[in-house]
Amino acid sequence: MNKLNFLQPDKNNLYTYLYTGVILVALSIFIVFLNSFFNKDIVSFLPGPISFFLPLILGFTGLHLIRIDYSGLRFLDSINKNINTNNFNAFLSLLIVFIVIKSLPPLLSWFILDANIAGDSKDVCTGSGACWTYIKIWFNRFMYGMYPNPEQWRINLSFIALAFLGCVGFFATEKFKKYLTLYYVVVYPLIAFFFIFFFISGGPIFFDFSYGIIAAVISIILGFFIPSKFKMYYFIIVPITLYILLKYVFFYEELIELGKLEALEWVETGAWGGLSLTFIVSFFCLIFCFPIGLFLSLGRRSDFPIIKYISIGMIEFWRGVPLITVLFMSSVMFPMFLPEDMFIDKLVRVIIAISLFEAAYVAEVIRGGLQALPRGQYDAAKSLGMGYWKMHILVILPQALKLVIPGIANTFLALVKDTPLIFVVGLLEIVGMLNLAKTNPEWLGFAMEGYVFASVLFFIICYAMSKYSYNLEQKYKTER
Amino acid sequence: MSDKIIQITEMNKWFGDFQVLKNINLEVEKNKKIVVCGPSGSGKSTLIRCINRLEEHQQGSIIVDGNELTEDTKDIEKIRAEVGMVFQQFNLFPHLSILDNCTLAPIWVKKMPKKEAEDLALQHLEKVQIADQANKYPGQLSGGQQQRCAIARALCMEPKIMLFDEPTSALDPEMIKEVLDAMVNLAKAGMTMIVVTHEMGFAKEVADEVIFMDEGMIVERAETKEFFCKPEE
Repeated sequence: MNKLNFLQPDKNNLYTYLYTGVILVALSIFIVFLNSFFNKDIVSFLPGPISFFLPLILGFTGLHLIRIDYSGLRFLDSINKNINTNNFNAFLSLLIVFIVIKSLPPLLSWFILDANIAGDSKDVCTGSGACWTYIKIWFNRFMYGMYPNPEQWRINLSFIALAFLGCVGFFATEKFKKYLTLYYVVVYPLIAFFFIFFFISGGPIFFDFSYGIIAAVISIILGFFIPSKFKMYYFIIVPITLYILLKYVFFYEELIELGKLEALEWVETGAWGGLSLTFIVSFFCLIFCFPIGLFLSLGRRSDFPIIKYISIGMIEFWRGVPLITVLFMSSVMFPMFLPEDMFIDKLVRVIIAISLFEAAYVAEVIRGGLQALPRGQYDAAKSLGMGYWKMHILVILPQALKLVIPGIANTFLALVKDTPLIFVVGLLEIVGMLNLAKTNPEWLGFAMEGYVFASVLFFIICYAMSKYSYNLEQKYKTER
Repeated sequence: MSDKIIQITEMNKWFGDFQVLKNINLEVEKNKKIVVCGPSGSGKSTLIRCINRLEEHQQGSIIVDGNELTEDTKDIEKIRAEVGMVFQQFNLFPHLSILDNCTLAPIWVKKMPKKEAEDLALQHLEKVQIADQANKYPGQLSGGQQQRCAIARALCMEPKIMLFDEPTSALDPEMIKEVLDAMVNLAKAGMTMIVVTHEMGFAKEVADEVIFMDEGMIVERAETKEFFCKPEE
């Protein structure tokens, strides 16, 4: 048998060191486990400080003993490589394990063991844990705000439809791939807007379906006799002309009854709220702030002094003021400058304000990407005869935007998490609804549950976005 | 007169206070191959970058294919489309495949149908012998292959003049030959070329004239044979 040297474990007495070390580490974890889960301190016979630090000392010694390089045991080597490389790392690893063991019981008991979810009033929440009944009862409000209950199917239907339309990109065949950008930048936001304006809001429908359908049918039938060269113009001009003729010249009353859509009940934006409002505000702000930011960043690098200084002014102004004042201004000050009879909805004003605010940040992020490109790319594009716009759209922006995907994702995440600030103008998205619910006299004292709930929701949304941005990065990676 | 495709007269250029080009006079006839050499910092690159106005000159005139390059030249893009350029650092577009690198400008600048542009690109890639790499990305190719692709990309615009800005300086010695071969073939096909290079072998083989520059001035200009046999200095 070789001589044992406990200060320098080596391979010769591998199993002696290994068993001693493992027993010491296991003992230390066992002590903490008993202490944490069963509240039993089995080393209490020792003097105070020693019994407090004993698990740490035992575990530390144990990890020291099993730290043997090239032991030949794969499991041991991987542990040594990952959590036990030196004394300091061993200490940190132990500390983390102890903290996890220590914090598990209270978390478990609050979230699950002592929590209540049954019943439908505050009285059932007698345990010391969370009162999930509160979330259950208020769930509807957290999702839809003050939107009237019988009308909530409109929000659901719109969101499901938009989600499906948003997935079109995954199913598009090669032939339609080149139109996808156009679809996502122009068509999809328009569809989303129509859904929200006509469906969720119940906006007045100016379009008369009966005439519209008749005009469409007639023009399609006539369309068979038109040479294909003119078909495009034909299908733009003829249906609209027919529609106008039908509606205002030929019949004005008779056909109205035929296919008129029953108007939906008008729900003003003040009643919208909850998670659906978070989605609406985030969605439109994300869509608008990106192109505005793009143009600002190009403008800031422009050779024309007017464009350049307007862009710099915009960026510095919006970056220099706090979002909360911008929102307040948009809601309180802005209407004063409007003509007497003009009215812009509060939600629209808020979306414009947030979009402009975040656009300034997006602009600077994109500018960073533009500056990272070597001058040779500009030279090469120019030498091939490309003008300013062709050069930027085909060569510069695809590369610059690819570079700044992490930065843009950063800004977008910040935007989503900034939306709760719209409470200052009286719009209550999910956090706003929480604040409202926690001050309800019947449900006082459940702020914690509410905030945990909101945190989980926000985490899911933001984590999904961050994952997606990472996927995009990988997808457009063409370097070796 | 008509076969003078580039005419530079009394051209001066400054970078700030520093005069890079001093009183340059240069005429290039169609189908001539001209090699520009000289120590680094002597203004060779700046000179050929002025020819397609990647740099602006301050005095004198540059006439390319009958069009004078001035500050208010509206059609500078059209002139640039006629003048191909190959750079020291290749400057391929890293986000596009080799084939797309070559078809990008013909499709968007010359409005060529996609199919036609691809055929043309493959034809030129074949000439520089990298047609088999057409679907790879620039980052996956060696330096020599990248530079040959850059030559093919410039050729796809079917330019009247080709400018080469030290095309082999950033390459390993064993890759220089493949690029030079591509350039020699191009020269034999009758292209008008202005080449900034230190490759004297190449100059001897294809150049009609050699220009030696120093401190922003053309020090010597001579037929290739004279230049190498009896230099003025």
